[in-house]
Amino acid sequence: MSAKSTDRLATAGLYVIVGIIITVLAGLLGFVFVKGIPQLSWQFITTPPQIFKEGGGVGPQLFNSFYLLVLTLMIAVPIAIGAGIYLAEYARDHWIIRCIRVLIEVLSSLPSIVVGLFGFLFFVLYMGWGFSILSGAFALSLFNLPLLVRVVEQSIRNIPKSQREAGWALGFSKWETITTIILPAALPGIVTGVILASGRVFGEAAALIYTAGMSTPIIDFTNWNPLSPTSPLNPFRPAETLAVHIWKINGEGIMPDAAAISDGAAALLIISILFFNFTSRFIGNLMFKKMGAN
Amino acid sequence: MNVVETIERSVIQTENLQFYYGTHHALKNINLKFEEKKITALIGPSGCGKSTFLRTMNRMNDLIPGVRTEGAIWIGNENITEPSIDPVELRKKVGMVFQHASVFPFSIYENIAYGPRTHGERNKKVLDEIVEENLRAAALWDEVKDHLDHPATGLSGGQQQRLTIARTLATKPEILLMDEPTSALDPISTAKVEDLIRTLKERYTIIIVTHNMQQAARISDFTAFFLNGEVKEYGQTATLFSNPLFSETKDYIAGKFG
Repeated sequence: MSAKSTDRLATAGLYVIVGIIITVLAGLLGFVFVKGIPQLSWQFITTPPQIFKEGGGVGPQLFNSFYLLVLTLMIAVPIAIGAGIYLAEYARDHWIIRCIRVLIEVLSSLPSIVVGLFGFLFFVLYMGWGFSILSGAFALSLFNLPLLVRVVEQSIRNIPKSQREAGWALGFSKWETITTIILPAALPGIVTGVILASGRVFGEAAALIYTAGMSTPIIDFTNWNPLSPTSPLNPFRPAETLAVHIWKINGEGIMPDAAAISDGAAALLIISILFFNFTSRFIGNLMFKKMGAN
Repeated sequence: MNVVETIERSVIQTENLQFYYGTHHALKNINLKFEEKKITALIGPSGCGKSTFLRTMNRMNDLIPGVRTEGAIWIGNENITEPSIDPVELRKKVGMVFQHASVFPFSIYENIAYGPRTHGERNKKVLDEIVEENLRAAALWDEVKDHLDHPATGLSGGQQQRLTIARTLATKPEILLMDEPTSALDPISTAKVEDLIRTLKERYTIIIVTHNMQQAARISDFTAFFLNGEVKEYGQTATLFSNPLFSETKDYIAGKFG
């Protein structure tokens, strides 16, 4: 076969593969949206669920998903950035460092249910935080740290050495070079990592069942005192997320419209993830501009 | 090695300088003086130690693990190889321009303002002046003045290299080290950068590593020929090129090896 026809065949093969992926993706999204979007209404996304009657919503679950995400990122991102900077800029090639890398790999392939059970034993019971948003946020931080650390490390490593040398040559200390040149330049990569992690937080159920719990107490959205037990911001209250809610009503939902609610919640979940993707990219660009250019 | 008798005021002087990468003895007993506000070219075949030598003068080699420096480099009355010398402060005084223009992925303005701002200058007006002054000094102002907020990565290779020179000037160095600053540029950009280097001589002491013999002949006042980690010959450029003392120098300049 001539080089030209091989080339054509390979190109065609790649198009077929891409076509399959797009079809599967479009099919999945289409299915979820076609079934779910008709269920969505302002009332659905703001009111609490009904246990026995029709017409319940998923308001608290939606809020919980976002709140848990914010808390998780607040815990995990600073640690990941610190660890990523260390591994990319400071760590020498040493057996301890190689061990740490292997451990990070192992941790990143840990099944989420195992992370959930660990979180149950450690955060819920040992630390005494009970089924709470805080326990869930720590468990999910643990779950996402390996991924985040690797993404941060990789995006820092991808910045060419010449950029570091340019910083040093201008009389920046190593730390100044990292914070003023390397991190802004690595920001787009870091934002991608945060988006990947947040998708996992939104979609995660197994690790949360044992940590954040499967119930939401009656919360009062006019009470923003984080110490009050009925406040949505109270980190020590149990908090069922959208993903957990979908899992729960599919298994044990006794409301007559359980299937419809589950469809609607699934669509809402995907919309939330898309929304978060776009906003975090937008914020990332904004930060890049602010840190870098005027 | 013939000592240059014509050096009147030296700003940098090395004394029995030795440099090792692990066990590899990369610089052997370098004794050189550099004349103030003149251009000195460092020439020699690849791997002869000229870039390594350049990088000892702003201690960029410190950042490579496993290296060792012996001997002294005097800048003014300070021996900058002493551990007590802060390399970060040193590098503000001894600026460096690299082979590949490594502009930061920010705007043209920010590329210049970054150094002064990081070193404590917050006044927007002062920064504006610094940006203009140094872009003018680097002969780039007229080309970029209307789009200072554009990303620097959009400039041509030659413009990027002049931008990195402007960026280096903005930290107010006294000495400029240049590591093959034009080897990645086309002839027209090279000519512009060479013109710029010549004008910078009025204010700065310049040491330039180059592989381009014509360039060394065109722009430098003094030339040091490096071979196998040693300075084989050092003298006024005109003399060294027209009347080299050693056959190796002659052969290298003639392009017989290297």
